[in-house]
Amino acid sequence: MTKFAIGQTVHRLEDPTLLQGKGCYTDDLRPQGAAHAFVLRSPHAHALIRGIDTTAARQAPGVIAVLTGQDVKADDLGTMPCIVPVKNHDGTPRGETPRPVLALDRARHVGDPVALVVAETYHAARDAAELIEVDYEPLPAVADVYGAAQPGAPLVWPEIKQNIVADLHLGSKEAADAAFARAAHISKIELVQNRLVANPMEPRAAFAEYDPATDRSTLHTSSQSVALLRAHIGDIVLKIGDKLRVRSGNVGGAFGMKAMMHPEQPMIVWASRRLKRAVRWTGDRSEGFLTDVQGRDHKVFAELALDKDGKFLAVRATVYAGMGAYLSQFAPMIPQSVHSMMPSVYAFEAAHLHLIETVTNTVPVDAYRGAGRPEGIYVTERLIDIAARELKIAPDELRRRNFIKPSQFPYTTAAGLVYDSGDFEGLQAKALKEADWAGFPARKAASEARGKLRGIGLTMYVERCGGAAPPDSVALKVNKDRVLVLPGTVDNGQGHMTVLKQLVSEYLGIDMEKIDVSQGDSDANPFGLTGGSRFAVVTGTAAGIAAKEVVDKGMEQAAKMLEAAAADIEYGDGDYKVKGTDRKATLFDVAGAAGGIEALHIKNTGALTFPNGCHIVEVEIDPQTGVTRLERYTIVDDFGRALNPMLLLGQVHGGTVQGIGQALLEHAVYDNESAQLLTGSFMDYAMPRADDVPSFNTTFHHTPCTTNPLGVKGAGEAGSVGAPPAIINAIVDVLHAKKGIKHIDMPATREKVWRALNG
Amino acid sequence: MYQFKFQKAKSVAEAFAGLGKDGDAKLLAGGQSLIAAMKLRLSQPSALIDLGDIAELRHIKVETGTVTIGAMTTHATVAASAEVKKALPALAMLAGSIGDRQVRNQGTIGGSIANNDPAADYPAACLGLGATISTNKRKISADAFFKGMYETALDAGEIIISVSFAIPKRAAYVKFKNPASRFAIVGVLVADFGSSARVAVTGAGPGVFRIAEMEKALAAKFAPESVANIKVPAEGLNSDLHAQADYRAHLITVLAQRAVAAALT
Repeated sequence: MTKFAIGQTVHRLEDPTLLQGKGCYTDDLRPQGAAHAFVLRSPHAHALIRGIDTTAARQAPGVIAVLTGQDVKADDLGTMPCIVPVKNHDGTPRGETPRPVLALDRARHVGDPVALVVAETYHAARDAAELIEVDYEPLPAVADVYGAAQPGAPLVWPEIKQNIVADLHLGSKEAADAAFARAAHISKIELVQNRLVANPMEPRAAFAEYDPATDRSTLHTSSQSVALLRAHIGDIVLKIGDKLRVRSGNVGGAFGMKAMMHPEQPMIVWASRRLKRAVRWTGDRSEGFLTDVQGRDHKVFAELALDKDGKFLAVRATVYAGMGAYLSQFAPMIPQSVHSMMPSVYAFEAAHLHLIETVTNTVPVDAYRGAGRPEGIYVTERLIDIAARELKIAPDELRRRNFIKPSQFPYTTAAGLVYDSGDFEGLQAKALKEADWAGFPARKAASEARGKLRGIGLTMYVERCGGAAPPDSVALKVNKDRVLVLPGTVDNGQGHMTVLKQLVSEYLGIDMEKIDVSQGDSDANPFGLTGGSRFAVVTGTAAGIAAKEVVDKGMEQAAKMLEAAAADIEYGDGDYKVKGTDRKATLFDVAGAAGGIEALHIKNTGALTFPNGCHIVEVEIDPQTGVTRLERYTIVDDFGRALNPMLLLGQVHGGTVQGIGQALLEHAVYDNESAQLLTGSFMDYAMPRADDVPSFNTTFHHTPCTTNPLGVKGAGEAGSVGAPPAIINAIVDVLHAKKGIKHIDMPATREKVWRALNG
Repeated sequence: MYQFKFQKAKSVAEAFAGLGKDGDAKLLAGGQSLIAAMKLRLSQPSALIDLGDIAELRHIKVETGTVTIGAMTTHATVAASAEVKKALPALAMLAGSIGDRQVRNQGTIGGSIANNDPAADYPAACLGLGATISTNKRKISADAFFKGMYETALDAGEIIISVSFAIPKRAAYVKFKNPASRFAIVGVLVADFGSSARVAVTGAGPGVFRIAEMEKALAAKFAPESVANIKVPAEGLNSDLHAQADYRAHLITVLAQRAVAAALT
């Protein structure tokens, strides 16, 4: 069978290539004659740059050029843009953090690029970089997101008072305060959203070619959007417009981080244009830790107001969100999602967020899998467990009392989002059954008989996906024997090619073998961005509309060929057929006769989707060591509809493992005084591994999404939203029973858990 | 990595001569720590003298009362050796727990103990099993060999030939791994020699060390409860992101009990 319907498990068509090492990543492009670049970086978290002596480096063997911030200034390059306009609550615009691609007179985090060496070999460039003498005057530094906003903290930007780059209120403070004023019970929490490093398998890389005949540059780079990079690098930083073409081949993981332009991308194109020569750069793992935009980094003070019956009234929070040393492209927008997600799946009267965004002498922070949604859901779902305990109501029952009901859709939440669909009570009931919630006491007793402590934790989650900008587009081109699909998205490992072929195969009734997918070329592909769990929702829908346009466009030609009126022709199974007859012409015959048929769908309705679900976790803790094992893990998700169940589960598993990493292991730790990154390698930064992760019991409870024709909701980030609160709720279940402890911060390391139990 | 010269030695004598000629040369004995340090430019030897081709350094010999491992025997070879598994299963198990598959296939016992990483596993085996380290110059007891963090009794130009372990009545090694690096945060090897016992601890301090009080208690009665109430002082133990000294001290007692229990099963 080659015509795969939507909803079938089609094995990933990408795998034979990728698993045999035949993929082509940016670093695999190694044409002869390309020069090699090495970036010299600041060893200081904060320092004035008094001067840079590059004399010896320029004279070193094999060196072609040594460039510094002075050259960037002389060439009048634009600064790295933050494209999110944020206004403070007092109406003033947010602070500005103009960042040149090479630091000019001040380095603001360890790893900040200070000079670029281009040489005939990588080692020549790296050797020469050691000959550069930078006259640094170290300055006091600050790393802590909350401490940075306190009086007397060192200033990352002298222009930004108290390091507060934006200060805003989201939702009605008055409404929330009024609800809190009449609350019968208020539960409170103070918590940390631990800072994370994305750590994709494939590091960032950039390789720029220059064509003197056309004066055009081509940047090959591992990314989530060639279109966005083309615009940011070409239009804003280098000011060369479409003299820049951006291409991405295979991408070995991205997690939001590779949606962002990093300084090396414009830097390498700039160097290549100056030298009129191809220049290549691949970051190593250390550079990844020190320079890839990081995730999360919040300090949170939050409260939940309930009435006497345990009905939620309002949720409010003050969140200090770390931006790092410079505002990355989307950075100030990401924590705003904390507000939109705070009502979760519950009926609240009000939700208010006071968001204080601070700069610190650390790597910039931006979207990381979930991008604000895990941070928001975590606040509310932790608060609910605390309230349940304080009110002596079972956590599932307290949630049940407050769910938005199916009859209420479309439902406008306290944060102003309009949920279209869902069955939260039914979904939780299914999860409780799948997890054998009722059987927990027996399992707990069995654990205790073995000297172990067992806890159970439940969370609901919802996400906001889909959405307007940027419009994810799909172009379709049909000729006499093939269909070419050109998405605006870039696959980072998800299996986009498989799903697009599956979708177009169904839409057009064409064998998958006759469909090609080509991605990642800003000259050929329309606009798009991989991110925000939007592929199925937006690109999938766009492909469907483009396919319909193709069929419509071929109708006139088909009518001519079949000598029938268009109204008498129907399309199906790859054929135009004259109704009630056996006369037909294939799509390929029609496209061939018409000289090809093309369609481009660039419209995006901007409709939102709300994937949701429930995670139930059972942990077993060794009280002697604090080791926490995930013994049972149940996930029920509502993704609207599964396009390919196997790939969908892959997303669930991957997202959940990243959430497990955040909950138990991962933490980008900076020294408080020096702002040096203490977890700068895999020796100290703990990634989740196979033996940290249990087998997942996953099932679905789909309610079709009403805001897109496919009925899908998006799944890429779901696991990373659900896992952290479920795991921490389970651990606190133990800590509270044994020690009356209300909260433990992530990552709940073995030592932290041991101290909590033995303190 | 900086530039360096590379030489494959065909014999211990040739390696010794090479070291004599170039004071900044280093021996390559698997390279699972050295090569990584060189890649990070943290180590800059002028030359590497590879011991990998010297057949006399790759052997396993089980005799009455001892297991002798050639210095260039890989961890994987020790872990898979039927003879070692039979004579001294704790040693095979310890070797099989080092690093990952790649490290075990390249890393060697000689390289490991010459490096004396404070979190390495083999130093615990050497100290806990009363090993004797034979070099091209002399025999050194494990008690005299390990000198604290990355330091050993080896002189310049001294090359490890083999390591002989005393076969105890029973032994076991239990490791509490760093979740990131998977090195030992604390590793405890206990060995029952009948009238005496040894307890060696790696990962917890600046170098591998023994705990006399536990050894005495276990010599009297080799049972988990013998060490259950022996507290180890936190002073002098490592404190880092992954474990403060008092947590490490506590873990030593927990792991010692578990190691004794494992040795008895």
